[in-house]
Amino acid sequence: MHVAERILIYAYGNPGRQDDGLGNRFVEEFGKWIRSQDIEGIELESNYQLNIEDSLIIAGKDIVIFVDASNEDIEDIHFSPVEPSEGRSEFTTHAASPSFVLALCIQLYDKHPKTYLLQIRGYEWEFKEGISEKAEKNLEKALELFREITLQGFKELQGFANN
Amino acid sequence: MGRKITIEPVTRVEGHGKVTIHLDDDGNVAQTRLHIVEFRGFERFVQGRPYWEMPVLVQRLCGICPVSHHLAAAKALDVIVGAGTGEGLTPTAEKMRRLMHYGQMFQSHSLHFFHLASPDLLFGIDADPAIRNVIGVALKHKDLAVQGVMMRKFGQEIIQATAGKKIHGTGAIPGGINKHLTTEERDNFLNGPDPLNADKMIEWSLSALEFFKDYHKKNKDFVDNFSVFPSNFLSLVRKDGAMDLYHGVLRAVDPTGKKILDDINYQDYLKYIDEEVRSWSYMKFPYLKAYGKKDGWYTVGPLARVNTADFIPTPLAQKEFEKFKAYNKGKPSCMSMHMHWARLIETLHSAEMMKQLLNDPDIVEGELVVKGSKQSEGVGLIEAPRGTLFHHYEINGKDQIIMANLIVSTTNNNQPMNEAVNYIARNYMNKKREITEPMMNAVEVGIRAYDPCLSCATHAFGQMPLEISLYDSLNNLLEIKSK
Repeated sequence: MHVAERILIYAYGNPGRQDDGLGNRFVEEFGKWIRSQDIEGIELESNYQLNIEDSLIIAGKDIVIFVDASNEDIEDIHFSPVEPSEGRSEFTTHAASPSFVLALCIQLYDKHPKTYLLQIRGYEWEFKEGISEKAEKNLEKALELFREITLQGFKELQGFANN
Repeated sequence: MGRKITIEPVTRVEGHGKVTIHLDDDGNVAQTRLHIVEFRGFERFVQGRPYWEMPVLVQRLCGICPVSHHLAAAKALDVIVGAGTGEGLTPTAEKMRRLMHYGQMFQSHSLHFFHLASPDLLFGIDADPAIRNVIGVALKHKDLAVQGVMMRKFGQEIIQATAGKKIHGTGAIPGGINKHLTTEERDNFLNGPDPLNADKMIEWSLSALEFFKDYHKKNKDFVDNFSVFPSNFLSLVRKDGAMDLYHGVLRAVDPTGKKILDDINYQDYLKYIDEEVRSWSYMKFPYLKAYGKKDGWYTVGPLARVNTADFIPTPLAQKEFEKFKAYNKGKPSCMSMHMHWARLIETLHSAEMMKQLLNDPDIVEGELVVKGSKQSEGVGLIEAPRGTLFHHYEINGKDQIIMANLIVSTTNNNQPMNEAVNYIARNYMNKKREITEPMMNAVEVGIRAYDPCLSCATHAFGQMPLEISLYDSLNNLLEIKSK
């Protein structure tokens, strides 16, 4: 199978801080699955955090899915479209949000890939490797969702979004 | 009625801190404090772990400057495996590590300048925050914003090629390095298509410096007077006094330029440096023992390095260093905004160093590791982008860590950042009856000059907006402002 569009799934987080590595694990596991299914055309990326140079990476894609651990009040996983932000700088920020990266991409490269954020709820953030038992269940739900999205050829993504 | 103003800036990845500004009954600034909640759990966490895990393990500390921790830990473990104290590695190992380090310095400084500093300079610190960011820069000066992106990218690719991977790099190991650069990688970094090659990085570093110098010419009052206070400065320098960001001896100068610490082997740092605990802050206050807690505090980072070094061993950066020195009449600069100038000189130096190292044949061939007789203790220091970073470990007979002490750059700059907040508060907040956006911006810009990495300093995780709270002399909350 070869997906028609140029798709990037980009996880960020620190796998040395337990559930902060949920995104990185997602990409690892999802990568294994797409290889086992001989699915081509999906690029996977993993990093500690997003930054300004990622605007260039996403500029060459049709669809971008950012994947991040979340400590927000979501039940398990949350999938939503990303709108470009105004890009306000924080106090000492050395990292960027998906909406910031998208805004910069539009501004610098005149490209606007369809961009989504998959958040996976985490619970433990200590100096350990490995995902907590509770978060593992959320990871599996996220993988399930993306297996389905992939098999449908990444079409009508909006229909999978929570909002 | 006296007032207390609290500024509480927090981001998810970088821990948190807050600023309190106490006004007296006349509305003058009576006292300022920068509070950073430091969590020292990491030093305890690593106890019992095998020493050889440290260069990877310490990268859990911070996703912003993992390379600096990786290299500082590896340097400490070089001592433990008997590979010497910085001079004993194979030429390949030392040069590969240096290349990794200069790549880190280059990308970190580029990010700070283009993402955080240039918007303040281009639009003024009182401009609408909606445009005072790199996207605002992109709207008005697209070429500058593109340069920032590509300079970051180049540095990141150097790191990936030398450390092996983007996350939890494994390049540096006790006693050396675990890989060469391939000739293909080297050739690509040297001669790749524009703009991702070493020459273009040097050219753009020069143009960023010109941008700053031009801004300085037109805004002397702001750059030279925004935040100025006397400080000691500390950094590593090469034995002959040259700037060396990877290895050297400790040197400190006072505000007049007098050397108050020189040619110190950093294995002995505990003889010269101590950390003070203050009841109101979880982050310690390092100081030079010989000068005491009150007078012995010091600044680290780009400005400190330019102030302590006698020269820079690459030609273009040396020319800029001479201009900097001439402007400051050969004395250390105590102007916080000169930190940006110094940072850009170092960016240029890092670009030159990357090219020099890439042209060195030892990068693509040669022995990788040396070992000697095992020691029970080792100290590794490195000049991280934000300043001197200390890693100190002791092991037992089972090769387990039994003691770890880390003094991160932002902790070293604890007192200077407090001094900067105090200076700015006295200049912006005296006789002011309310918190204004320019006040908040000024405090932000003053602290930001130090490029603090609160993630390193606090090892924290959390997300909160910037918040200012105003209290009266009885600590009654009068006003809260968030941004």
